[in-house]
Amino acid sequence: MTNLLNPATAVDDGPVPETTRSDWASDQEVRWCPGCGDYSILTALQLLMPELGVRREKTVFISGIGCAARFPYYMNTYGVHTIHGRSPAVATGLAMARPDLDIWVIGGDGDMLSIGGNHLIHALRRNVNLNILMFNNQIYGLTKGQFSPTSEVGKVTKSSPVGALARPFNPISMALGAEASFAARTHDMDRHHMQEVFRRAHDHDGAAFVEVLQNCNVFNDGAFAAITKKDVRKDMLIDLQHGKPILFGSEEQYGVALAPEGAVIVEVAKLGLENVMVHDETIRNPSNAFALSRLAKTPDTPTPVGVFRSIERDEFSSSVAAQIDEIQAQLGQGKLENLLRSQPIWEV
Amino acid sequence: MTEIGGASSAPALELDEVIIRFAGDSGDGMQLTGDRFTNASAMFGNDLATLPEYPAEIRAPAGTMAGVSAFQVHISDHDITTPGDAPDVLVAMNPAALKSDLSTLVQGGTLIVNKDTFEERNLAKAGYESNPLDGEDLSGYRVIEVAMTTLTKEACAELGVKPRDADRSKNFFALGLLSWMYSRPIEPTIDWIDSKFAGKDMVIAANKAAFSAGHAYGETAELGAQRVVVKAAPLLKGTYTNINGNTALSWGLVAASQLSGLPLFLGSYPITPASDILHELSKHKAFGVTTFQAEDEIAAIGSAVGASYGGSIGVTTTSGPGVALKGEAMGLAVSLELPLIVVDVQRGGPSTGLPTKTEAADLMMAMYGRHGECPMPIVAPRTPADCFDTAIEAARIALVHQTPVMLLSDGYLANGSEPWRLPDVADLPNIDVEFATAFNMVNEDGEESFWPYLRDENLNRPIALPGTPGLMHRIGGIEKDDGTGNVSYDPENHERMVRLRHERVASIPIPDAVLEDGSTGNADLLMVGWGSTWGAITGACRRVRSTGGEVDHVHLTHLNPLPANLGDLLRSYRRVLVPELNLGQLVRILRAEYLVDARPLSKVKGQPFTAGEIQFAIIADINEFSGSPNEPTSTTTKKGVAV
Repeated sequence: MTNLLNPATAVDDGPVPETTRSDWASDQEVRWCPGCGDYSILTALQLLMPELGVRREKTVFISGIGCAARFPYYMNTYGVHTIHGRSPAVATGLAMARPDLDIWVIGGDGDMLSIGGNHLIHALRRNVNLNILMFNNQIYGLTKGQFSPTSEVGKVTKSSPVGALARPFNPISMALGAEASFAARTHDMDRHHMQEVFRRAHDHDGAAFVEVLQNCNVFNDGAFAAITKKDVRKDMLIDLQHGKPILFGSEEQYGVALAPEGAVIVEVAKLGLENVMVHDETIRNPSNAFALSRLAKTPDTPTPVGVFRSIERDEFSSSVAAQIDEIQAQLGQGKLENLLRSQPIWEV
Repeated sequence: MTEIGGASSAPALELDEVIIRFAGDSGDGMQLTGDRFTNASAMFGNDLATLPEYPAEIRAPAGTMAGVSAFQVHISDHDITTPGDAPDVLVAMNPAALKSDLSTLVQGGTLIVNKDTFEERNLAKAGYESNPLDGEDLSGYRVIEVAMTTLTKEACAELGVKPRDADRSKNFFALGLLSWMYSRPIEPTIDWIDSKFAGKDMVIAANKAAFSAGHAYGETAELGAQRVVVKAAPLLKGTYTNINGNTALSWGLVAASQLSGLPLFLGSYPITPASDILHELSKHKAFGVTTFQAEDEIAAIGSAVGASYGGSIGVTTTSGPGVALKGEAMGLAVSLELPLIVVDVQRGGPSTGLPTKTEAADLMMAMYGRHGECPMPIVAPRTPADCFDTAIEAARIALVHQTPVMLLSDGYLANGSEPWRLPDVADLPNIDVEFATAFNMVNEDGEESFWPYLRDENLNRPIALPGTPGLMHRIGGIEKDDGTGNVSYDPENHERMVRLRHERVASIPIPDAVLEDGSTGNADLLMVGWGSTWGAITGACRRVRSTGGEVDHVHLTHLNPLPANLGDLLRSYRRVLVPELNLGQLVRILRAEYLVDARPLSKVKGQPFTAGEIQFAIIADINEFSGSPNEPTSTTTKKGVAV
């Protein structure tokens, strides 16, 4: 329904003004620990926003609770810092009420996979037009160092002094299992890679899930160092490129192939390039993407990054709006007088 | 098909009111039967009130006591306020229904049974060792035994309906019989069958045949019961519809959307007895209503907060267990100072409690059930139709005062129905809402800016909707600086913000409490009620007054803030009695707020008060304090009252 009272819908549709990073940075002092990976994610996004062709006033950052959830305070856009785990739910309501907005949902692994796991999977299943960035540092930071749902088995923390027992979530596997139409992974050590993945997430019509491997230098320092440090990246990060064979290594000497037991790492020279898996984000069956998500068991073996899956699927809030439009086209705008007389009536 | 209608030969007995209770197995369609009887009565012009009572199980084992579903309807030729204390007529479709509900029937009342079901298996399931129709147990009642199943099957046989399918129509036989006995118009039921089962010709034919057969049976059989007429009630001139609380509440929310010009957004998770609001609003897309069946109660309110933030009227509907889950998000809405409506259709608790039964024990949760100092306005409708006005009032407070509001309905209001004189839509006052569109501050450096917590004289903050150019800002659940809205841990600021949030709710202007009709202002005893107890308290007060007793009644729609004159009003009475469907929640608030010796009158049986129960308590109170004998006159005090 056109909301005549809402001044926000009356915005000039002229060209989007040119902006720079500083236009997207709020005046608030950033209060993450010095050296936190969140800084580089913030920088990457603030630098990217001017390139996305969106208006600041149409951009909303919604977060839950945790270190990552402070993100909205630092963006000069609209923003709501909500409650623990519920940001996908709040964002879903906002997206349904206001399909004109560009909504980013920011949270950590505890926020999104533990207390808010239910909301995340349903937002993905419904395919609500949200850009969901989950900063995965495999630890609870804001509560000062308990194991998280992505912490490895055996992790020694304050709440697991002799080692965490439960098997961690694989965020990409979980997103794919939740019918995500877009699932990607990037990491805080590579601004360019983050920006390309964030851009793809933004351009995706539907729920875009991005796992950002993020270093918590206070409570879980170096969790991803074995794969993200500059000198090891070529051998340890497998950059997924749509339509291209999945190769990695300084000489692209390694590849990924599909074996009966799933995706496996092979030497290209031995197996032949023609037997290396060609990455296709758009296959509707998520099996290949799922196999890729299972390739690295722990963050010290070669790990795929990039877009695992990106398929077209009906977006939820526009489908909801379409139902309303269709009914209104059939019946016209509802009239309260008629509603009150829609049951049997009698006159006295 | 048998022709139905036509005048009966015998003259009808005129009564001023009748209470009928339909009881049967969950699969027998008793709710539908009661509902149809009610609608026919409404169309006829009676005043009425209903009490549907059904088990939480969808299909408890057939024929058992656990599976009994009942619908009580009170029809009259005068203004009534309750579904009646004790039925004059009980329709028992099987032995379990008889066993479970016979105790409610008045002595000498009429008992209509489907005698086909009184066979060994069903009797055993109900725990009868011998057939009660054969013994002396029912000698105190006028028993009418009808072979409803057999007669229905016979009526349907000529249509080619299979006996098993015909069996499903026996409730229409009962409805036809009762429609004859109580001179109900038949057209509303026939029309309803046609539209309800459109496209299913065989079902239409079977139901009509059963209905006609029941009606004809009444006309031709020697029932030993005279046909009864309850004349139309002298209602105010106007257009009426029969409405239940959940529907009225839904329409009130739609009306609030129209009156404010803001789209309505409902985030809800199915829960008894609130789900019908979700169902009803889902039908009204033509009004731009967006409904969202969320993954859980928390997502339901979370989505409503998000929609409110985007400029809609965010609403979430639930029952007590759901409210418990929504507490943190309500706190967020209080902190964000955003409009939000939380509808709690109360049911028996704690925990799963009595999902399909009524109770009003969530008042303390509504007042105090969130962490921190977290005040929310609370409103409570008093009758099913009043849910319409109260929903608009909740929206008005939420939108004008930028706050989440709790609306406390209950299972009795939700499912009970009454005739409602339709308001003139043009008379409904608009709800004026303004959003911020301009900067409201000049910073030290001379630059214009927007402070999202810079308050106006009503302590409202400016709400700038996302999409508004230039007014980008960040808000959240962390304590905010009074003014800039930036994160603040300053102790002085926090205390100021806590007090401001308190003051924002405490200073909401609401109407003074007014004594209910019939109150003189001279009684020693004041009855103070809230919510659905209005009908029973009103009925009780009328009875007491009719026998010369004096009692006054005030009924609160606004429970937070309370009416400004309430303290003085309470203190002007010698005694204050507060009937509640809980162990005494409002009474504690009144005692705490006003230091008055208000006393509780409690009932927590999953059922509403009867007027008789409250009448008994009033008379007992008057007698205790006056010493003069003034016995209750009603025969309906047998259920007892916990004082």
